[in-house]
Amino acid sequence: MDVEILSRIQFAATIAFHYIFPPMSIGLGLLLVVMEGMYMKTGNELYHRMTRFWVKIFGLIFALGVATGIVMEFQFGTNWAAYSRFVGDIFGSALAAEGIFAFFLESGFLAILLFGWDKVKPKTHFLSTIMVAAGAHFSAIWIVVANSWQQTPAGFHLVARGDTFRAELTSFFEAVLNPSFLDRISHVFMGAWQAGAFLVLSVSAFYLLKNKHQEFAKASIKIALVLAVGASLLQLVTGHDSALGVARNQPAKLAAFEGHYERSAPAPLYLIGWVNEETQEVTGIKVPGLLSFMIYADADQNVMGLNAIPPDERPPVNIVFQAFHIMVFVGLLLIVVSLLGALYLWRGKLFETRWLLWIFVFSVLGPHIANQLGWMAAEVGRQPWIVYELLRTSDALSSVVPAGEIITSLILFGLIYLLLFILFVFLLNEKIQHGPEDAAVQNGRMA
Amino acid sequence: MNIDLNTIWFLLVGVLFSGYAILDGFDLGVGALHLFTKKDLDRRIMLNSIGPVWDGNEVWLVTGGGALFAAFPDVYATSFSGFYLAFMLLLVALIFRAVAIEFRSKRESTRWRNTWDVSFSVSSVVSALLIGVALGNVAQGIPLTADYEYTGGLLGLLRPLPLVVGLTTVCLFAMHGAIFVLMKTEGELHDMVRSWVPRLIGLFIAGYVLTTALILAYVPHMTTLLFDNPVLFIIPALNVLAIVNIPREISRGNDFNAFLSSCAAMVLLLGLFGIGMYPDMIYSSPVAENSLTIYNAASSGKTHQIMLIIALIGMPIVVAYTVSIYWIFRGKVKLDANSY
Repeated sequence: MDVEILSRIQFAATIAFHYIFPPMSIGLGLLLVVMEGMYMKTGNELYHRMTRFWVKIFGLIFALGVATGIVMEFQFGTNWAAYSRFVGDIFGSALAAEGIFAFFLESGFLAILLFGWDKVKPKTHFLSTIMVAAGAHFSAIWIVVANSWQQTPAGFHLVARGDTFRAELTSFFEAVLNPSFLDRISHVFMGAWQAGAFLVLSVSAFYLLKNKHQEFAKASIKIALVLAVGASLLQLVTGHDSALGVARNQPAKLAAFEGHYERSAPAPLYLIGWVNEETQEVTGIKVPGLLSFMIYADADQNVMGLNAIPPDERPPVNIVFQAFHIMVFVGLLLIVVSLLGALYLWRGKLFETRWLLWIFVFSVLGPHIANQLGWMAAEVGRQPWIVYELLRTSDALSSVVPAGEIITSLILFGLIYLLLFILFVFLLNEKIQHGPEDAAVQNGRMA
Repeated sequence: MNIDLNTIWFLLVGVLFSGYAILDGFDLGVGALHLFTKKDLDRRIMLNSIGPVWDGNEVWLVTGGGALFAAFPDVYATSFSGFYLAFMLLLVALIFRAVAIEFRSKRESTRWRNTWDVSFSVSSVVSALLIGVALGNVAQGIPLTADYEYTGGLLGLLRPLPLVVGLTTVCLFAMHGAIFVLMKTEGELHDMVRSWVPRLIGLFIAGYVLTTALILAYVPHMTTLLFDNPVLFIIPALNVLAIVNIPREISRGNDFNAFLSSCAAMVLLLGLFGIGMYPDMIYSSPVAENSLTIYNAASSGKTHQIMLIIALIGMPIVVAYTVSIYWIFRGKVKLDANSY
């Protein structure tokens, strides 16, 4: 295998594994602020126990996020040296800003969150929780700035250096607020809030089904369900806006989402399908004109298709099509699940409805599947470009790293990440089995 | 030496890596010494002395890497791709270390704990060694092509001077870590670690002297700026004073002052490294014209300006709350239910 495909596999594997953790940190971070805020407001010991339990889970998730995140910070230099030279001005700045504004905040105040319960006043602890949650959100902002710039570069000009070019900053604000940034950051935030909310729902529903920690579980569900419903519904809005942005800025990617080949024609929307890239045919169930309608509010409007784009500038189609469609499907399922939960809660039957609680237990996977596939659609859909229409992925590699060394690192990461994942599941399970501590123990330590 | 934006960024990247060295340096050092304590309770105290702060310390490396990417993208690209396998080993070591700290005390089993103790210690030593070897290579100079690429692979990095710098870094971090542990412990463990400190100082000084001798003999470009500007000799002079002050403070029982001296010694040492390198960032040997300097490796002036504003807003806040957090966790380690 050649260096390009190996480097792409390594990047995909390490970023996909890393991205299991940050969304949960972001979503759970927000919920921790709510939980501890309720404790501050009501003084109810239940919320205190709740916060302490979820802080422990947060700590575990955060540790895995840091361990796998360091790799990401350096991988641009190790495997994508030509890319790094091309985008250092802008992409590097976003990463540096993330360090300064987000990582220090998160990791610093997390110390107080985890170890400071008896060392600081409750108000200081609450402030630290807010700082950690803010840090987690800031981190996403800078990463999405950097990635959105790859999708829709702005605020730069190309400058010749020897026989190549690089992008240099002309306007920091234009680069940060590039055309796809706002749509994408809101989409990422909602996906992360869903990941946090459904994690809490899943564990709490499990407790109810096992007749354990009833009071704790019911209160946790009420808080998490509000976020689950809100984020899942808003995800429709941010998803739609993101797709409109893709239609505007990256028509090749939009065409791949729906397997739309014709140069310019009204486009259907597929509910389900399979793209044959040889024959350029899509087999599946479609609603004629719906894609045109969703973009232009007019079912007869023409949508630009892949054949209007030179073959060497088209992304792989079927994989993008499938990733996009499964993401949307899972997103819709999550709306149904969260609305059902809200309905049953409103009618006072949720905590006795075992089939729905079982669905909650497994719903934790939903946001992760949708988040991963969403990124896959976004990143594979941008190919063959690493920076859209400016730099090809094949021109972005490290020229000095041979394939053998990448195979070595790929195997190393594979083994270590497997170990990490086993340990993560094992410890998460242990913490869940152990459950929230009872109030007596708590008060003893607080004294 | 005229102070332009490139020089300011050279200094700022230096500040970030100095922050990394003095902070993660002590927790890597604690890791290096971890196996020399035998009792489970002692090991837990060692681990918990760095418990609340180690991952914050690592952020200095991440931010330093980000700053290098933003300010000198070619240095970032050349060094990380050129030192590929070495960096992959470093990443693996850092991951293992994080996992070992997190998981070690989660189960009672002796075998479980011993396994993670060894992982924690070995990965700490390997991390320190690799960081030192990388710095040693940057100092001695590596062959760069006209495209500023290094093609020598891992074996090309394993040379005498870089290896000496690597081992010296391990000793330095171990000394620094031991002094940190003195501040955080009491009783038997404190006395035991205290008995190690003179030996660790001795090992570090031996490495330091050997490194200096090798550089004076074989790496003339590292001393040019120093000999041309004798006033700069104040840095090595202060460095020696800071090192000498460490045993003095320890014999008086001022563990905190000893730790500050150790921090000062490390910052001055990196200052000396910076003076040796300036204005090069990766020295090319034998073809010196291919060196990456603070000018030919820099990002645009616009980026340097914007990032300077970001750093000037962000870093004072970071330093303020980092100091507050260290203040909150000051004093001797007491194990409780939140501990590792």
